[in-house]
Amino acid sequence: MAGKDPGTAGAGNQFSTPVPRRRVVEALLGSGFLATAVAFFYPVLRYLVPPQESDLGGDSVVAGRVGELKPNSGKIFRFGQHPGLLIRTASGEYRAMSATCTHLSCTVQYRDDLHEVWCACHNGMYDLNGRNVSGPPPRPLESFEVQVRGEEIYVRRRREA
Amino acid sequence: MTNIWAVILARLPLAALLLACSFAYAETKNSCLDCHSALPDPLGVSQETFSHDIHAQKGLTCASCHGGDPTSDDADKAMSRKAGWKGKIDRAQIPQLCGSCHSDPSFMRTFNPSLRTDQLSQYKTSVHGKRLAAGDTKVAVCTDCHSVHDLRAPSNLASTVNPVNVANTCAHCHADPNYMSAYKIPTNQFADYSQSVHHSALAVRGDLSAPTCTTCHGNHGATPPGVAKVQNVCSNCHTFQAQMYEKSSHKAAFAAASLPGCVVCHSNHGIRHPTDAMLGTGPAAVCMQCHTPGDACDQARAGLQSGLSRLDEAIKGADQVLGVAESSGMEVSEARLGQDQARDSLTKARVTIHSFRTDLVDQDIQVGLKVAAKNLQAGKQAMVERNHRRVGLGISLVAIALVLLGLRLYIKQIES
Amino acid sequence: MSAWHSLRDWLNDRLEWDDLIEPLRKKAVPLHGLSYWYFLGGITLFLFVIQVLTGILLLLYYRPGANEAFESVQYIMTQVQFGWLIRSVHAWSANLMVFTAFAHMFSVLFLKAYRKPRELTCVSGVILLFLVMGFGFSGYLLPWNTLAFFATKVGTDIAGQVPVIGKPLMIFLRGGEEVTGATLTRFFGFHVAVLPGLATLLILLHVLLVQRLGISVPPKLEVEWNANPAMKREMKFFPNFMLRELMAWYVALGVLGALAAIFPWNLGVKADPFVPAPAGIKPEWYFLFMFQTLKMIPSKVWFIDGEVLGVLTFGVIGLVWLLLPFFESEDPSRTKRWITGLAIFALAYVAGMSVYGHLAK
Repeated sequence: MAGKDPGTAGAGNQFSTPVPRRRVVEALLGSGFLATAVAFFYPVLRYLVPPQESDLGGDSVVAGRVGELKPNSGKIFRFGQHPGLLIRTASGEYRAMSATCTHLSCTVQYRDDLHEVWCACHNGMYDLNGRNVSGPPPRPLESFEVQVRGEEIYVRRRREA
Repeated sequence: MTNIWAVILARLPLAALLLACSFAYAETKNSCLDCHSALPDPLGVSQETFSHDIHAQKGLTCASCHGGDPTSDDADKAMSRKAGWKGKIDRAQIPQLCGSCHSDPSFMRTFNPSLRTDQLSQYKTSVHGKRLAAGDTKVAVCTDCHSVHDLRAPSNLASTVNPVNVANTCAHCHADPNYMSAYKIPTNQFADYSQSVHHSALAVRGDLSAPTCTTCHGNHGATPPGVAKVQNVCSNCHTFQAQMYEKSSHKAAFAAASLPGCVVCHSNHGIRHPTDAMLGTGPAAVCMQCHTPGDACDQARAGLQSGLSRLDEAIKGADQVLGVAESSGMEVSEARLGQDQARDSLTKARVTIHSFRTDLVDQDIQVGLKVAAKNLQAGKQAMVERNHRRVGLGISLVAIALVLLGLRLYIKQIES
Repeated sequence: MSAWHSLRDWLNDRLEWDDLIEPLRKKAVPLHGLSYWYFLGGITLFLFVIQVLTGILLLLYYRPGANEAFESVQYIMTQVQFGWLIRSVHAWSANLMVFTAFAHMFSVLFLKAYRKPRELTCVSGVILLFLVMGFGFSGYLLPWNTLAFFATKVGTDIAGQVPVIGKPLMIFLRGGEEVTGATLTRFFGFHVAVLPGLATLLILLHVLLVQRLGISVPPKLEVEWNANPAMKREMKFFPNFMLRELMAWYVALGVLGALAAIFPWNLGVKADPFVPAPAGIKPEWYFLFMFQTLKMIPSKVWFIDGEVLGVLTFGVIGLVWLLLPFFESEDPSRTKRWITGLAIFALAYVAGMSVYGHLAK
């Protein structure tokens, strides 16, 4: 680029515009394009990198592992943004339901002495299917589907009909 | 029809009454209304009013309770004692009259098999029932609470004994100082209750499981629960608090002083939403009404209160930072969810207060503080991230401005 | 330098590049007081390209489906690096594009650029505007949040009011009687396949027509310039106008970046079909004028159902709008004043109703 660039202006300009000024404009424009290209592609390239936590889980989470729960016990697990309750019944069967009490949103727990789900806040009771059986709760707990796959216990929301 | 007949014939003592009822039902002739629907108030009952009555809907008529012969158009004949007419039912007789059907399981079963039939026997154990038996007719009888001639099922929202209306019904007498003057008991219960957290849960939030008068006092067997037993009543819903209190030092101390358990600190009818200030020294404080300033209990009290307020402030602080982050568009729903856990810990600590043990309460508070600190950190992180975004934006805008300037000059150059 | 030239020559020998861009070199943009309105179409096109690019990026992580859509958008916003930026740019750019498309249409109406021979350009443009609104409507549901869920419910309900075909149309849109996961799958399909395909074809046609027919001059000026060709002022499209257009694009980029960084598009609350509709559900701002009108029509007008009447009226107006160029006179000195009047009225109505709808409870 020895001061003569056939790509841009006509011959008349070359005499009226001093060469250095033209190069300044070109440098300015070039560095601007380069800087904006970096500003646009940097986020895009970072976006393309898959995040560490590769999966939000969507509708199914691992609530626990086989052998973690004794028969007739329960545990709280995280289900999306809300707590869930995984129960292993006295007969060894797994049940899962929302752990948020339908009365005032306290977290419910499994009572091994009563074989029922109990809310400590106002003594609400649910059965092992999540149905409200006594006390203040106005509605049943949402019950989830449980699948045992290998060593892991998966819990998922029931598909809408 | 035949079922009812069979029952009626089996119950001879009721035969007169129920025969009249059945005739009226069968022939649907009711001369009572000819006059009574036009009469002024104490004697007037319109067809419209009575049609709302659950008894009317189940096929009973005036004569079912009042007797007489509604098939006769002659007033003298219809309302003759010979025809079994009873006229106005004496107040003292009302419970027995209602009980003649309602205490009969085999009869009630034909209408509603799940309806209880112990109301009359319960009533006899109530203060109302005992005083009535002693000849005081000012006390409530069935019709005072359930109303008469437009008596609705309790599940009906317009019923005087629907949970939402019970307090008003009781207040009818119990909030009237003139009416209650002879009994030397307070009349401020309704006013107190109307200010209470239970009332607002029931009436404002519409939580039909929230307690009204009858939840603690009973309905047909209405009696104050008694000083020693009040915590049994509260523990029906407030299980954890009762368990902790049961094991606490206050249990024995209150019992020895014949103080009424829960009520000592929380009062009874006017229970407000409890605040941490109850542990303080201000006007809402309760501990220092008995304890001496400076003693071990006072120190424990101060420790409990400062623990609760520390967690409360930690939660509020994190909330505030998260709020700012959220309002500047940062996604902090994860930390918001975590805040619920911190709040749960605070609630738990407030419940554990009823053990009156600083170590137990402190456990809950530490858990909550840890969660709140994590959430605060997440909020601060979000703010840092927000600032990064703005710096990034600034740099990009400078680059864009550079291009715009370059283009402007370039255009000028090629067009000059 | 020379490498660049030899590459250009090599390509030119094979693609006959110079012939291809020859018309571009010859192309000129009329120069007058209102020339800057000519930028709007280009800006809309630029925003469409942004939409395509960010849309493709979003597809890397988005998952359609009632149980996953919200979570995947949340994932994009929180876990994916710069996911917030891509999604916010996509959302803001969509809104800006709707705005510039409307502005472009009204500028064409007021400058009377739709006159012979450009009727088909105008028709394709109006169809593109409808497509853009379709993009907005279908894309709004994809994050599967409460507002989107109910806006879609209301929107498809309105479509269901159309006589005879309404009900089948609604079921077609919803993929069933109700708004469910099936609706989401459909809208996703419309949004990323059907509409982009149609829009790309129409944009090609639209740009090709602009290219073929040149840029229109307002009728008054056209009469003047025809009478006195010496008064004619033009700017070369390439590079002079193009460079200015490029400046406009850069400004648009800056605005987009600033909006996305300072006001990231929020996520809302996951849709729950069993929760009662929150009060004051409103559609996106570009549907507000129709929504507010439908709300204001009495429930019975004469013997016709108010909603039906409203939907039919908008249908007829849409059709008239599409055919508006054909009502115009061919003679630039005798253009129809009522069309300008109608355009002014339409602009005032849309603006007024949108503001009213925004303020109304």
